[in-house]
Amino acid sequence: MSLTNERIQQRLTEKFGDVLSGFEEPFGLLTLTAQKDYNLKVMQFLFDDEELRFRFLTDITAVHYPEKKNEELAVVYHLHNLQDNIRLRLKVFTPVTKPDVFTATSLYESANWMERETYDFFGINFVGHPNLIRVLNVDEMTYFPMRKEYPLEDAMRIDKDDEMFGRGGNI
Amino acid sequence: MLDQKQHIKLPEGSIEKDTTTLNLGPTHPATHGVFQNILEIDGERIVSAVPTVGYIHRAFEKIAERRPYYQITPLTDRLNYCSAPINNMGWLLTVEKLLGIEVPKRVDYLRVIIMELARIADHLICSSVMGVDTGALTGFVYVMTYRELIYEIYEEICGSRLTTNIGRIGGFERNFTPTAFAKIERFLAEYPAVLKEFETLLTRNRIFMERTQGVGAISAERALSYGFTGPNLRAAGVDYDVRVANPYSSYQDFDFTVPVGTTGDSYDRFLVRNAEMWESISIIRQAMEKLKSLPADVYHADVPAYYLPDKKDVYTKMEALIYHFKIVMGETDILPGEVYNAVEGANGELGFYLISDGGRSPYRLHFRRPCFIYYQAYPELIKGSMLSDAIVCMSSLNLIAGELDA
Repeated sequence: MSLTNERIQQRLTEKFGDVLSGFEEPFGLLTLTAQKDYNLKVMQFLFDDEELRFRFLTDITAVHYPEKKNEELAVVYHLHNLQDNIRLRLKVFTPVTKPDVFTATSLYESANWMERETYDFFGINFVGHPNLIRVLNVDEMTYFPMRKEYPLEDAMRIDKDDEMFGRGGNI
Repeated sequence: MLDQKQHIKLPEGSIEKDTTTLNLGPTHPATHGVFQNILEIDGERIVSAVPTVGYIHRAFEKIAERRPYYQITPLTDRLNYCSAPINNMGWLLTVEKLLGIEVPKRVDYLRVIIMELARIADHLICSSVMGVDTGALTGFVYVMTYRELIYEIYEEICGSRLTTNIGRIGGFERNFTPTAFAKIERFLAEYPAVLKEFETLLTRNRIFMERTQGVGAISAERALSYGFTGPNLRAAGVDYDVRVANPYSSYQDFDFTVPVGTTGDSYDRFLVRNAEMWESISIIRQAMEKLKSLPADVYHADVPAYYLPDKKDVYTKMEALIYHFKIVMGETDILPGEVYNAVEGANGELGFYLISDGGRSPYRLHFRRPCFIYYQAYPELIKGSMLSDAIVCMSSLNLIAGELDA
């Protein structure tokens, strides 16, 4: 139980230096951002290192920030060190025009479907993934529905006047 | 002599193939849910399997981006609908973590009671359905009486049975009634004998053991690599339980053990679930004991900006009316922040990754659904086994279609 967020940050900065940035601890969970091409290297180090031992992949997902130019899509990894019971959140930002990120399937079997799901909803192209096809949506779908440019409800609907509810027509 | 043109054209290679393609599902009665598997079988041995998921995908993550926080609780009901209260609590705990709300001890204990009841209801279905799939319907019908009693307890607390929408941000919508406590006491008094009888029916039953031992086995290493959590991981011998690793809702106040298996096969998963039901009973007993020393009228935290006020206050007090209006219209802004919170769901670590930008609804909400993550191991688990073993393996994994597809 000796592993602390400070120690992890120190080890990672020693190894990678400028590649990593944005260290924060929201609600005690160490969060960091890696440069786009280094996500797999960072995860490989976190996996292999005898002190860090982040060998359990909890979750992979993505977030779309349309206003961030050239970093519209964030891929978020939640890793877990089960021995020391400490979690870590790794983020990689990628432009929406070329959303290529290296796959983590070589490290974790569970990454397979998680990455397929992330591809399915955000269109992240996981380079090196063995079977990157849609998993929950229909195969014929041509767009990535969780991106922010697809609002849930048709904003052009005319049968429902939001001004009647004091919201000026757009929520 | 038939003319060459009259022959049916078969696809290239379809006659030379040694194996048969079999579509198991999506609406097969033995899969207990909408699961499709395209199996390649050689006689009755499975050579390969390709699972197809997404038949009941309802885009909850997208819907959640347009809903105020208190309206997302009903969406979580529909993930793992066999233990909806755990999902509700997991979501509420995530929001409370983001807002920094400390709930009173009594609320924690009431939540623990309801979560453990839900865990029993979920494990009960899974274990008894394993009996059904191996040809023993009696146990299933017998224990249903007690799942029914658990549903009656839910009904007494929140008014609904399956998709419960139980609890609010900060606590419960109303206090537990004396009838609810009486029903919990009745459950605690009667259920142990029933569970014991259910175990005598199956645990050392030669037919059941032959059908489940060695079926769908996975090593601890592979299970971790596949992201297994919950009873399926513990059956493989890894003692990871979110209730112990990162206690929430005052689980640290309770004394319980985490049962583990050794081989990771269907039989061990069955044993682990049964052992967990005994632990859950013990936790509920402890919680009922702890409740006696706490004031009986506390059932929510004092957070007027997020917790709906009493109806009579709304009609008589100005502040209550304002808060009521703001909450119901979804005009309450939530603090910006990024939080991951996990609870021990009935079939694994149920995580909620929530990003709030300060608006009325989440900027992004992602559910870490244990079913979705461990179902990808299914082809590996059933490879080389018989077709009927694949069915047993599937029910022993406790796959819930609603959680798988979200």
